[in-house]
Amino acid sequence: MQKAQILGKNRRAEKAPHTTNRSGLSLAMRLGVELVSALVIGVGIGLLLDHWLETKPWFMLLFFLIGSAAGIMNVYRVATGIGYGIGYKAEDKTKTSNDPAD
Amino acid sequence: MAAEGHSPLAQFEIQTLIPIQWGDTNVSFTNSALFMTLTTVFVALFLILGMRRRSLVPNRWQSMVEISYEFIAKLLRDTVGNEGKKFFPLIFSLFMFVLFGNLLGMVPYSFTFTSHIIVTFAMAITVFIGVTILGLVKHGMHFFSFFVPPGVSIILWPLMIPIEIISYLSRPISLSVRLFANLTAGHTMLKVFAGFVISMGIVGGVLPFLFVIALTGLELLIAFLQAYVFTILTCFYINDAMHLH
Repeated sequence: MQKAQILGKNRRAEKAPHTTNRSGLSLAMRLGVELVSALVIGVGIGLLLDHWLETKPWFMLLFFLIGSAAGIMNVYRVATGIGYGIGYKAEDKTKTSNDPAD
Repeated sequence: MAAEGHSPLAQFEIQTLIPIQWGDTNVSFTNSALFMTLTTVFVALFLILGMRRRSLVPNRWQSMVEISYEFIAKLLRDTVGNEGKKFFPLIFSLFMFVLFGNLLGMVPYSFTFTSHIIVTFAMAITVFIGVTILGLVKHGMHFFSFFVPPGVSIILWPLMIPIEIISYLSRPISLSVRLFANLTAGHTMLKVFAGFVISMGIVGGVLPFLFVIALTGLELLIAFLQAYVFTILTCFYINDAMHLH
């Protein structure tokens, strides 16, 4: 358990510099696509729901907004390096409680 | 490929080499399939022949093989941790396939299969479905807590959960579009500037010719970079599924 915690810490410690200075170029290339892809998914879901429920523009409009929010959130996460996944990375507390289960 | 005319997009055309019809489905062996086969063969030859000697002090070829192995092993250890070891075969094959596909596409008159969105999307959706199943198997229903950002008040949940789900669903799109768009744009640009060399004649063509040389270097960089980005994002996704937030 102690060991698992240390391993977990090491992984986080290694990850931080890795994401910041390894390749700014690869980071830059990701941003634009992240923004657009969430928007595409949002509008796609909206159009499908509209087609299914026959509520022509409304779901598309709603999911367009949600999709843009998701896109901006993606970009924000990539740029600040909070985490590459969805969902904020929680503090160390939950991290270490997860680790022994692994 | 130049025989079809001088469109810069002619290089992306799929040509049937061996027509095969299976039921109602067209499963012909195309130039895309040919280059995927070639890529697999080249990767296998590169690794098997490179490690033929297994000497303690590696020669150049063997150390290239070892560097690529260690590069991916380190990438996986840094992002997923030690329990990521069992994904090494997947990640390594993915990296080598994309990298060799990109590099093979840089050979004149060859076909770049990574410049087709269906190829990159097939890889991305495989990764996406695999990672989702991995998360579900590992965490069960607890996996869905992934979509609830911690530290957000319950009033905002109806807004945040759809945003998070869309953000999650956008992963295969962004993963595939990035690789496809970079490769397609780069190869089109190469063809366009190469066309200028011919049309501007010997004197005027020097400038675009120099530009094509620089672009070729840039394209080689992008071939490596995009293979790297594709791989590292797959690692991040596996990490997310292994350790939820």
